[in-house]
Amino acid sequence: MQELLSFSILELGKRLKNRSLSSEEVTKAYLERIKETDEKIHAYLSILEDDAINAAQIADKGFKKNNISSPLQGIPIAIKDLLCMKGTKTTAGSKILENFISPYDATVVSKLKNAGTVILGKLNMDEFAMGSSCEHSAFGPTHNPWNLEHVPGGSSGGSAASVAAYSCIASLGSDTGGSIRQPAACCGVVGMKPTYGRVSRYGLIAFASSLDQIGPLTRNVEDCAVILSAISGHDLKDSTSSKKKVPNYLKTIDRGIKGMKIGIPDEYFVDGMDPEIKQATNDAIKTMETLGGEIIRISLPHTKYALPIYYIIAPAEASSNLSRYDGVRYGMRKESESEYGSLFGMYSASRDNGFGKEVKRRIMLGTYALSSGYYDAYYTKALKTRTLVCEDFQKAFTKVDLILSATTPTPAFKIGEKLNDPLSMYLSDILTIPCNIAGLPGISIQNGITSSGLPIGLQLIGKPFDEEGVLKGAYAFEKETKFYLKSSSL
Amino acid sequence: MEYDTVIGLEIHVQLNTKSKMFCSCPNNYQNQVPNTFVCPVCLALPGSLPVVNKTAIESAIKLGLALDCKIAPITKFDRKNYSYPDLMKGYQISQFDKPIAFNGSIKISDEKNIRINRVHMEEDVAKLIHNAIPNEDSTLMDVNRAGVPLLEIVSEPDIRTTDETELYISKLQSIIQYLEIGSASMEEGSFRCDANISIKPKNSNVLNDRVEIKNMNRIKAVTRAIEFETKRQIKVTESGNRVVQETRGWDDEKGISISQRSKEDAHDYRYFPEPDIPIFELEYKWIESLKNNLPELPSEKIDRFCNDYGLSEYDAKLLSTSMNISKYFEKVVQKFSDSSKKQLHEFSKEAANWLNGEVLRLMNNNHIKDINDLKISSENLAELIEMFQKREISNSIAKEVLLEMFQTKKNPKNIVETKGLKKIQDIEGLSEIASEVINNNSRAIQDYLSGKETVIKFLVGQMMKMSKGKADPKISESVLKEKLQDLPK
Repeated sequence: MQELLSFSILELGKRLKNRSLSSEEVTKAYLERIKETDEKIHAYLSILEDDAINAAQIADKGFKKNNISSPLQGIPIAIKDLLCMKGTKTTAGSKILENFISPYDATVVSKLKNAGTVILGKLNMDEFAMGSSCEHSAFGPTHNPWNLEHVPGGSSGGSAASVAAYSCIASLGSDTGGSIRQPAACCGVVGMKPTYGRVSRYGLIAFASSLDQIGPLTRNVEDCAVILSAISGHDLKDSTSSKKKVPNYLKTIDRGIKGMKIGIPDEYFVDGMDPEIKQATNDAIKTMETLGGEIIRISLPHTKYALPIYYIIAPAEASSNLSRYDGVRYGMRKESESEYGSLFGMYSASRDNGFGKEVKRRIMLGTYALSSGYYDAYYTKALKTRTLVCEDFQKAFTKVDLILSATTPTPAFKIGEKLNDPLSMYLSDILTIPCNIAGLPGISIQNGITSSGLPIGLQLIGKPFDEEGVLKGAYAFEKETKFYLKSSSL
Repeated sequence: MEYDTVIGLEIHVQLNTKSKMFCSCPNNYQNQVPNTFVCPVCLALPGSLPVVNKTAIESAIKLGLALDCKIAPITKFDRKNYSYPDLMKGYQISQFDKPIAFNGSIKISDEKNIRINRVHMEEDVAKLIHNAIPNEDSTLMDVNRAGVPLLEIVSEPDIRTTDETELYISKLQSIIQYLEIGSASMEEGSFRCDANISIKPKNSNVLNDRVEIKNMNRIKAVTRAIEFETKRQIKVTESGNRVVQETRGWDDEKGISISQRSKEDAHDYRYFPEPDIPIFELEYKWIESLKNNLPELPSEKIDRFCNDYGLSEYDAKLLSTSMNISKYFEKVVQKFSDSSKKQLHEFSKEAANWLNGEVLRLMNNNHIKDINDLKISSENLAELIEMFQKREISNSIAKEVLLEMFQTKKNPKNIVETKGLKKIQDIEGLSEIASEVINNNSRAIQDYLSGKETVIKFLVGQMMKMSKGKADPKISESVLKEKLQDLPK
């Protein structure tokens, strides 16, 4: 692997600025690296070679004229294929959108473009972000760079695997129940889900609107802060985006955690947790203590309800969000064989052929939960219980500044291992889902490697809109442990 | 047995905001090239999100206030899920359990109030155009209309007759027009009406199952459908059967309602809170300021017209039905605003007569809906009415001049002068005409002289005819009488 691929965003930024490297040569090196690694890991669904080189040349022109618009100028990243990008295929990992070319840019995409970023391509994912392994992609699974027989996690599996395989410097993913943090943990990279409302969702193909949030996946915490600063902020096109000012997250990142109160929720040491992960988490607690953090045992008593709440609310919203895919205006259209020419026959045939098994399962779950007669028993109850989960966190955050836990109960499982057991697959998000239920910011960072050579993730959860606190904690830990420097042998 | 018809109306009104309900596409989609007023949001492209139009909320609050509704301090949107080709997202953003306004009423007569259950906000769907391609079984779709802001106004089942239905509809239309929040025109499709109809034995409180009638595109269709449905339901009941709850479509050509959907087939809309739009608070201050700045409403205008202009309630009501006519009226009588009260009242009455009579007829004959499209200035009409009032021209001449004003846009004085239409009022001129009439009608003269005094009307008529309507009838009669007295008996 070429040395220039190993640079972080900040390191590369310096070299682009002093023009010891050009964005074009870096971009070409990454495009080369994609070809080399993707044969093995299949992280990319589309590679935007010409667009990327073009963007790199424009960035280089800027550097030549000392015209520098942002720390991301000329930096080659990639984005999850759930984000609309003008003129490019945006598939959401689904056959139903296989040939959908977006006529517009998502707000985060236009922010990145305006920042001078080079977008290398679009990354694989579980269909419509439903899954925790990337196996539900209609275009084939992504493999974990640490062990090709294992899943990279999901749904942002391509986003995590590409960063781990050095086939992009950083990526964007989206997180509805752990879809950034869980694959980040599985692939040994940093992944952050910001507070709900911190980043505009406009142009993010919706899975569960009240839970979805876009965030960065990077090799280290500083890079994460740089990208988060670039994509955050209020957007007139998203009424759920917050008007709160966006701080420069990099500025406060190295202030340390001395005196910070770190909560350890008992409920997050779940049954069936991998002993190595349990050990690593306990070690991390000690590290935090050494760094000056005050460790406080806390209780989040309603944690056990988070998963059932999630599997009512998310499918309910999804069943509605996905009803627009009818084969009429865009996407796959299929005529019904038995009722050729019938409109509703065409709808059914298009959806039957276009959606995969897991998506169908969730549409049915959601439709059922919203049906008259069942609505109160499921949806209303889930909303009420959601409030209890939020209150747990509110109470906890009167006592602590951060909450620490493992990101996943187990390391990345084998491809195919859980494919026919959806419930056990759902359990891999048990530690990440509460954060989405409560809309809180959470990050997963590297916490060592298991004896079988698979990465372990550590999760930090912060108060609403306290991404600064989360990043501070994560950076202090990363600087101390240097786990992030380990990479796969790919 | 005698029955009462029980009617509740659900009315959809398009708002005339600049942009659509949830995106910035222009709202004035009528007569535009199809599928040009569209964007990722109203086309429901993947990833797009709705943003609420504040003016639409303002319009909803205004209507709520004008209908004496309570305004919800906290309101939200919900998704109504169903699939149909005109519905881009597969759900309509509407309001379910927290409508923006509720518990209001409209006074349709001195005796009768119709209670309003709720007013809620939602979005229009795309327009389907069936079989527009010759020799092809096709449906075309125009998405320009998708996302146009709508208010749905739901009445309580307080309406009993077609007359009350018409009154309710026209009251609601004029309130919407007065608030200037929409055109409320059934022809344009900016005011659509569905009716829930049931029958009950007179003096009984037991309601039968109701039937919802859709697809009535003009007020006459609404009343016809109610009449048809009442008869149908009575027939079903009297033949010993039960009226089943269902949705029926009105076929205006055939004059019948046709079953579309039974209760069992009714949609389960799976309403749930719209997660893309946060619940929002309507600030008390905002509502208060809208309340204080509410324009004059029809009922207030009628009172003012009676008091200030001395109009009869009948005239005032008729003028106030259309806001533009009432505005026009006030411009016409402005000419006399500085005159004595008596003069102003007399002129106003005359102006009301003309507007409610001849002007309305002229509009109807030429299929003109809006008085401003007549292109007769209020100053010119005032001048015409004044000339008539001062007896400078006769009634029939005045009507002729009005038509000429409409055709040529000239001012009435000009028309009267160039065409020489002024009344002949001078005795000399009239006595010449009188002499000629006397010479030419010897038999009538004989009759008159022998005591048949009514013949005088015929003779005045002859004078009018000779003068082409210009002879002043009153003066003509006295001149005639004088001349006839001088004749030997």
